[in-house]
Amino acid sequence: MKLTRALPLATLTAAVAAASQAQAQTEITVATVNNNDMVIMQSLTEEFEAAHPDIELDWVVLEENVLRQRLTTDVATGGGQFDVMTIGTYEVPIWAERGWLTPLDDLPEAYDVDDLLQSVRDGLSHDGTLHALPFYGESSMMYYRQDLFDAAGIEVPEQPSWEEVRDWAAELHDPDSETYGICLRGKPGWGENMAFVSTLVNTFGGRWFDEEWHPELDSPAWQEAISFYVDLLDNYGPPGASSNGFNENLALFSRGNCAMWVDATSAAGKLYDPDESEVADRLGFAPAPVAETPKGSHWLWSWALGIPASSENQEAARTFIQWATSREYIELVGETQGWTSVPPGTRESTYANEKYQQAAPFADFVLEAIRGADPTDSTLEPSPYIGVQFVGIPEFQSIGTQVGQTVASALTGDVTVEQALQTAQRATERTMQRAGYLD
Amino acid sequence: MTTAKTKTLAADGQAPAVPIPRTSTLSSARTRRLGLTVLGWAIACLIFFPIFWMVLTGFKTESAAIADPSLIFSPTLESYAEVQLRADYFKFALNSVVVAFGSTLAALLIAIPSAYSMAFLPTKRTKGTLLWMLSTKMLPPVGVLVPIYLLFRDVGLLDTRTGLTIVYTLMNLPIVVWMLYTFFKDLPKDILEAGRMDGASTLQEVVFLLLPLTLPGIASTGLLSVILSWNEAFWSLNLTSSNAAPLTAYIASFSSPEGLFWAKLSAASTMAIAPILVFGWLTQKQMVRGLTFGAVK
Repeated sequence: MKLTRALPLATLTAAVAAASQAQAQTEITVATVNNNDMVIMQSLTEEFEAAHPDIELDWVVLEENVLRQRLTTDVATGGGQFDVMTIGTYEVPIWAERGWLTPLDDLPEAYDVDDLLQSVRDGLSHDGTLHALPFYGESSMMYYRQDLFDAAGIEVPEQPSWEEVRDWAAELHDPDSETYGICLRGKPGWGENMAFVSTLVNTFGGRWFDEEWHPELDSPAWQEAISFYVDLLDNYGPPGASSNGFNENLALFSRGNCAMWVDATSAAGKLYDPDESEVADRLGFAPAPVAETPKGSHWLWSWALGIPASSENQEAARTFIQWATSREYIELVGETQGWTSVPPGTRESTYANEKYQQAAPFADFVLEAIRGADPTDSTLEPSPYIGVQFVGIPEFQSIGTQVGQTVASALTGDVTVEQALQTAQRATERTMQRAGYLD
Repeated sequence: MTTAKTKTLAADGQAPAVPIPRTSTLSSARTRRLGLTVLGWAIACLIFFPIFWMVLTGFKTESAAIADPSLIFSPTLESYAEVQLRADYFKFALNSVVVAFGSTLAALLIAIPSAYSMAFLPTKRTKGTLLWMLSTKMLPPVGVLVPIYLLFRDVGLLDTRTGLTIVYTLMNLPIVVWMLYTFFKDLPKDILEAGRMDGASTLQEVVFLLLPLTLPGIASTGLLSVILSWNEAFWSLNLTSSNAAPLTAYIASFSSPEGLFWAKLSAASTMAIAPILVFGWLTQKQMVRGLTFGAVK
């Protein structure tokens, strides 16, 4: 009798307890891209939820360009659909200036802000305050096939030049056996071919805009750089280079079809993985080649986690981004997924870690490349913008994509380099005029 | 014999001036039919090939997916397992089903009365109204993205199935009205008049005469609307985040400019199109009947 009476009461108490627990649980929506490092982050959801039982993670994964549009719509209208956004060095300063991101000052001491690489930190700051925390960072460098270089008796100097690269490409180009002298990005897009082309223009002494925001796409430096690029790929590149982006080149290089490849440092981990790459044991690397000036010869990019000002779960979101960019997280990935899989390019301590050093012989190279990239001073002559491989203004997405298309059409031979650059110049002038930069 | 045959062919199937033996006409007709059959199959194969290749790629490993194209490989379910591990397929599929069928039902409910009035009680503005309705389809959707996003934000419809259903209903409404209008117009008015003579109200007229008689047309309109909603990717990506995201968002989450994901992307896409493909096969007869409905009077 007693028991039957007590039972409903116990059930009720349990239900109330469960309900109150459910209430305390905060669900945060994390928007991210479908890159390897993010897939790993997603797979570690349980680890986070176990450590923070009051927070539940809800993932929205989208392709980079779709995500960018989706997030911009939401953050610009204050839609509040996301609590954590994966954004890059390009968006953070622009969005921060508009007040769309929550400033991340007063980070706890345990987070150790000073451990973050300085150049990466600068790229994610606005007015000296961080507005997003770096998840992984990258620069660009040159990969080459050690076996082919050895067979040809070529010694790669500490800092190769583009002229040398062209000579090597000519020597090693062997289309009959499907080994091409050099693979470079050709697929149009501001984050695809223009990322590479901008660094090439930088090192040839060019810039996107002069100090008065006048486009300089028809300048001799651009002419020279684009002609060099088109000639190089035309003569010693793989067929159909204008449709090759990062992925396509990664596939080509890892199958042994390229003697050289200049691209993101984040490819190193994949190229060194014997499961993914057939050239893992024959890989050489060098800094990105230079021409007139070393300034801006390699890019700087980082994917970072930011919190939109419109998020209603600021505290929980902050807990999550601190976890995902912490030293402990890197440790966790290293131990569970292997040390080549840790997100690179964010913390000094990663590079001081012996286990990482051992697993990733390219580590110091990457660190030097990232340290050496200065988004505030990336052109020979002074420029008014921030960014190495992009221009930190909202109009750049459309400008970069449009110019990327004309450069690609020069690469396919539809127009001459001169025509392409004139078209690009006119289009950019129009955009800048409409945006009010020019009188 | 041979000359006669050549002549017939040269005349491009028109009646030849000189009478020719019967067998020749027959064989030329047969050749033509055979030619058309081969052409039909060739076009069908061409259209189906990307889907076929996608299904194949889904069963490959990532490295086999990017290697030189080959039909011979050892199939694996690895990608399917991984895809399911990363995102709950059934959650997305349920959203797709609810939204696609919900919006189709809503569109039909609105479109049937309006098509009825335009087909049987036309005014001098009916044609203009129809054209105006269609003109809304000519605006690129991104042009109204921000206003709709703001509206949805304020009424709390972002990332809800209701919100997406409303948008799809409005998106498909012009096409649904147009199709129903053409089907209704082909129905002899006398039948409805006869019904009215017998004392049927407008509602009875629609329910007991119009709908049964034009059912194939309504069915194919509905099917088209379901397929359009199922495949719609702009609004579904932009108006949802996690709760109401349909299969189009599911596919988008496996595409990436960095890293190799072809096999997983193909596996996800195969799973996303499978339900609608099966649905299409099952209802194929209705579709074809509806599309040619009223073509011959």
